[in-house]
Amino acid sequence: MDLYLPIAGLSVNILVIIGLGGLVGVLSGMFGVGGGFLTTPLMIFYGIPPAVAVASSAPQITGASVSGVLAHGGRDGVDYHMGAVLVAGGAVGSLIGGFLFRLLQDVGQIDTVVTVMYVVMLGGIGIVMARDAIGALMTQWRGEPPRSSSRRHHPLIAVLPFRWRFYRSGLYISPLAPLLLGFATGVMTVLMGVGGGFILVPAMIYILGMSARVVVGTSLFQILFVTAATTLVHAMTTQKVDLVLTGLLLIGSVTGAQFGARFAMKIKPEYLRLILAFIVLVVAIRMLLGLTWRPPEIFTVQPL
Amino acid sequence: MRKLLLFLLAPLLVSAESPRLVPDVSQRKIEIIYSFTGAELLLFGAILYPGGRAPSDGAQIAVVVKGPAEPVLIREKRKIAGMWINTDSADFRSVPSFYALASSKPIASIVDPRTAVIYELGIDNLQLSPASGGDPAEDQRFETGLIDLKRRGGYYSETDRGVEISEGVLYRARIAIPARVPVGSYTAETFLIEKGRVIAAATRQIEIHKSGMEAFVARAAERHSFIYGLTAVLLSLVLGWAASAAFRRLRE
Repeated sequence: MDLYLPIAGLSVNILVIIGLGGLVGVLSGMFGVGGGFLTTPLMIFYGIPPAVAVASSAPQITGASVSGVLAHGGRDGVDYHMGAVLVAGGAVGSLIGGFLFRLLQDVGQIDTVVTVMYVVMLGGIGIVMARDAIGALMTQWRGEPPRSSSRRHHPLIAVLPFRWRFYRSGLYISPLAPLLLGFATGVMTVLMGVGGGFILVPAMIYILGMSARVVVGTSLFQILFVTAATTLVHAMTTQKVDLVLTGLLLIGSVTGAQFGARFAMKIKPEYLRLILAFIVLVVAIRMLLGLTWRPPEIFTVQPL
Repeated sequence: MRKLLLFLLAPLLVSAESPRLVPDVSQRKIEIIYSFTGAELLLFGAILYPGGRAPSDGAQIAVVVKGPAEPVLIREKRKIAGMWINTDSADFRSVPSFYALASSKPIASIVDPRTAVIYELGIDNLQLSPASGGDPAEDQRFETGLIDLKRRGGYYSETDRGVEISEGVLYRARIAIPARVPVGSYTAETFLIEKGRVIAAATRQIEIHKSGMEAFVARAAERHSFIYGLTAVLLSLVLGWAASAAFRRLRE
């Protein structure tokens, strides 16, 4: 079953793309990440031009996060106050990201920079998450009571001025910290074609110290708005959003997300985090190897 | 005086005497619709010999399908500090987006090298117009890289014995157009070759364009980019919401 993609300019197998969307949907439902860190590289691997892959994965992530936001919002799992601060940072970040994207494209280093970013961020976060999840599991197996963390959030966060109260997150911190976090994910959404959930979720837990109940919902809330804004930015600047490709991915991912959300309820959160850490590390290692192996193509062509 | 006049007119008289080509293509228009997975073009025609002269055995045919030319930038990766990074680059002003050659015998054996360069017969004879004005050896390296990429991508091809000539008069060739080709005006050129020279040539235009839903989407993305972007966002919101609503219904 082949279908021609009007913007990408090639025909693809429908089932492969829907399956890809489904896989990513399961992940997003389970972990509250958009899954862009998997879709974008996989689509490029399948032969879709990188610019189209990055631009078309943004609305796909929007769609995948809708059901999550609704579900979490329904049981008070979204801190809208915190979400608004994150979105504001994300909007600024996506504009700056668009500027950076063009700059790096002109000097021809966009691929290398993006890959290095993937390796550093995924690698770092994967290690932190794996260590934390394994530590938590070890204490459980030994039958010790779970160690309560001595500090809520990173000491640097407490230094920042103008503290606000975020009731649902259970925090009294400066809005500058989530603003910066939102900004960083906004830049990443544009550059890497990811929602930024894999950065947001761990950062909310380990750096901001938000209460676990609202972490996933709030991260999805921010991702929803920032990817929607990014879609518009891409549609108007690069014009590489392929509606047919997005539609196919969405069909897969919205259904996948439902299954993912159900799996998530059956699995202990520690195991969940360990699985996510494993996936993140595998992607990071693959990308690191990709940088050092002799690439299949020494030459790359870019239309002027 | 008379001799001189005859001598001056000789080329004209000869050309009037030389064979003519009557080419055609199976499709003047290729429409890309949702199920497009590539097309096969049939290039066929007849060689007309003036005055009913017997067809010559030495005549060979070459057909070339060429896509619109575009300027490109090509970058080369090198290993720096253990990582493969883009380093050097070169511009080429006119790179055909598609080039397929089919000939009745291997092209190098039927045309002399000069003719091959003049008529751009053969992938190695394409004039890509390097724009960097640098070292010719370097341009050559980039050109080789570019051609290799295009060839492996299926954009450039050469088929020896891809043209069948029957009775020395009728010829036909099949050329496959892959699904990834860019849209635009293509040319299908037919060359009649004798003794290493091109003695007749004819050109036909082929339009490849998107049609139906594909064309509508592509045009909307280009002309109404804001509304297009908004549609993409709305589509994703609606699909996401519908899925969660449907599943909630199912659960109850």
